[in-house]
Amino acid sequence: MGYDVNMIFQIAGIGIVVAMIQTVLKQMGKDDWANWVTLIGFVVVLFMVASVIDNLFQKIKGVFLFQ
Amino acid sequence: MAAIEIIQIVGLGLITTFLALVVKEQKPIFAFMLTVFVGVIIFIFLIDQIYMIVTMLQKIAINANINMVYVQTILKIIGIAYIAEFGAQIAKDAGQGAVASKIELAGKVFILVMAIPIITAIIETVIGLLPY
Repeated sequence: MGYDVNMIFQIAGIGIVVAMIQTVLKQMGKDDWANWVTLIGFVVVLFMVASVIDNLFQKIKGVFLFQ
Repeated sequence: MAAIEIIQIVGLGLITTFLALVVKEQKPIFAFMLTVFVGVIIFIFLIDQIYMIVTMLQKIAINANINMVYVQTILKIIGIAYIAEFGAQIAKDAGQGAVASKIELAGKVFILVMAIPIITAIIETVIGLLPY
């Protein structure tokens, strides 16, 4: 449970940090870099979410006898 | 035990709502990911409880001498319904109503396909009852 709550805050934190970095980079005039930062942040979060979804689907398979 | 867990889940949901509100202003996609993540977490939380219910159902079915194939089919149907609902809600959250309805359609079709043996058995029984 504690582990999962940490991951929630991690995702929210990544979102806020990415938004900040993007603002800074845009003000420096590096728009392409800003887009890359967003993309990489998104991929990291997507990886976390995808691993949890995989875990969920495995559990559902086990409980509901999908064999 | 379940009373404590409902408090945990409600707290989780409230925290997520506030965090999503904060993040949504800057990056909507992260807010969406947050929502999906918490949905999955709550589901994982519930799966242990669901497992207990399923075990109880199986025990009752064994005691009642019901053919296990039917019980397993019903369990699979419930599982399909849960997963389809989950995916459809996520798609709807992201604003993809069309994808959500397709997921629901697929769920319904699969449920009907799973129910074919049961429906056939019922129809055969009824036909057997009919006097010629």
